[in-house]
Amino acid sequence: MSQSQQHLTVSVWRGKSEGAFQDYQVPHLENQTVLDIVTWIQRYLDPTLSYRFACRVGMCGSCAMTVNGTPRWTCRTHVSKVARDGRLKIGPLSNLPVIKDLAADMTAFFEKWQRAEARFTPTKTRLDPIEQIPPSSPARLAASAAIECINCGVCYAACDTVRWNADYLGPAALNRAWTLVNDVRDGGQDVRLRAISANGGCHNCHSHQSCQVLCPQNLNPTASIAGLKRLTAAAFIRGGLK
Amino acid sequence: MDVRLYLAQRISAAVMLPLVILHILIILYAVSDGLNAVEILERTRGSLFWGVFYGLFVVSAAIHAAIGVRAIAREWTPATGRTLDYGAVLFGLLLLVLGARAVSAVVL
Repeated sequence: MSQSQQHLTVSVWRGKSEGAFQDYQVPHLENQTVLDIVTWIQRYLDPTLSYRFACRVGMCGSCAMTVNGTPRWTCRTHVSKVARDGRLKIGPLSNLPVIKDLAADMTAFFEKWQRAEARFTPTKTRLDPIEQIPPSSPARLAASAAIECINCGVCYAACDTVRWNADYLGPAALNRAWTLVNDVRDGGQDVRLRAISANGGCHNCHSHQSCQVLCPQNLNPTASIAGLKRLTAAAFIRGGLK
Repeated sequence: MDVRLYLAQRISAAVMLPLVILHILIILYAVSDGLNAVEILERTRGSLFWGVFYGLFVVSAAIHAAIGVRAIAREWTPATGRTLDYGAVLFGLLLLVLGARAVSAVVL
């Protein structure tokens, strides 16, 4: 193996919104993830490099970064699949402010979940019997198809509409709202439908589908948002959005 | 864009779809049949049907395009809030006036 094949040239964003990419030479190993690369740089080359991770196994959704121009979950992204000519370019997630280096500020992302009323509103107490939800019911199937979001922010960073319209709630918050409108136990439907029908709501989606192409969980937020559009339009016609 | 604008744009598109198809078929018919402008105007002048047909098209197009341009302006310019709304209304009115002139020239 030649020297160039043994090492990767990795350009890593250093700074905040103002900054620059800095090159590092990193040993190229088999079965190496992008998160491994970033960790190696921090441990052996530059301990001041800031990034975010937790589980390292694709569950927590905290390690998403921009890799060669595309948002990805770095702990499950193999270098061999994304490196081009022995080079990698790693930056923070797009559409979010940069705290430092590879750590994006997720505040706006999660605030939009709140704005979308994308949280469960219980209708029963622990004293009530557990609601029986048939797994094959249409609502449960729709919810199940969208439920495995890990809040990584990849869809939000990939979304053109988020980039163009700062008010837009984004694919993740709306996808979560879709799971809740299909939850028969939830008592917050009216408030939620109003929230996602307002300015910045689901009707701003252009269905570019970057979210469903890049979602590491293979979810389809575009389909969830289309469902919300149908639901809110029907609710408006029935006079249910007052 | 909120749900009201979304619905107005979808409904106006649904109205325009059959009108556009019929309009294109009429063009093909007129061209293949060798009708000249005078002969076409003879058929459209004083016609309530063509007045309603193209009047409906103009109204739908003005609504549809104004909402679409508002969305583009929201995403590609610094304009927000009332500026967007007034701009879209003005643009829609402009299309309405221009369209009404064209329809009146063909029908009246």
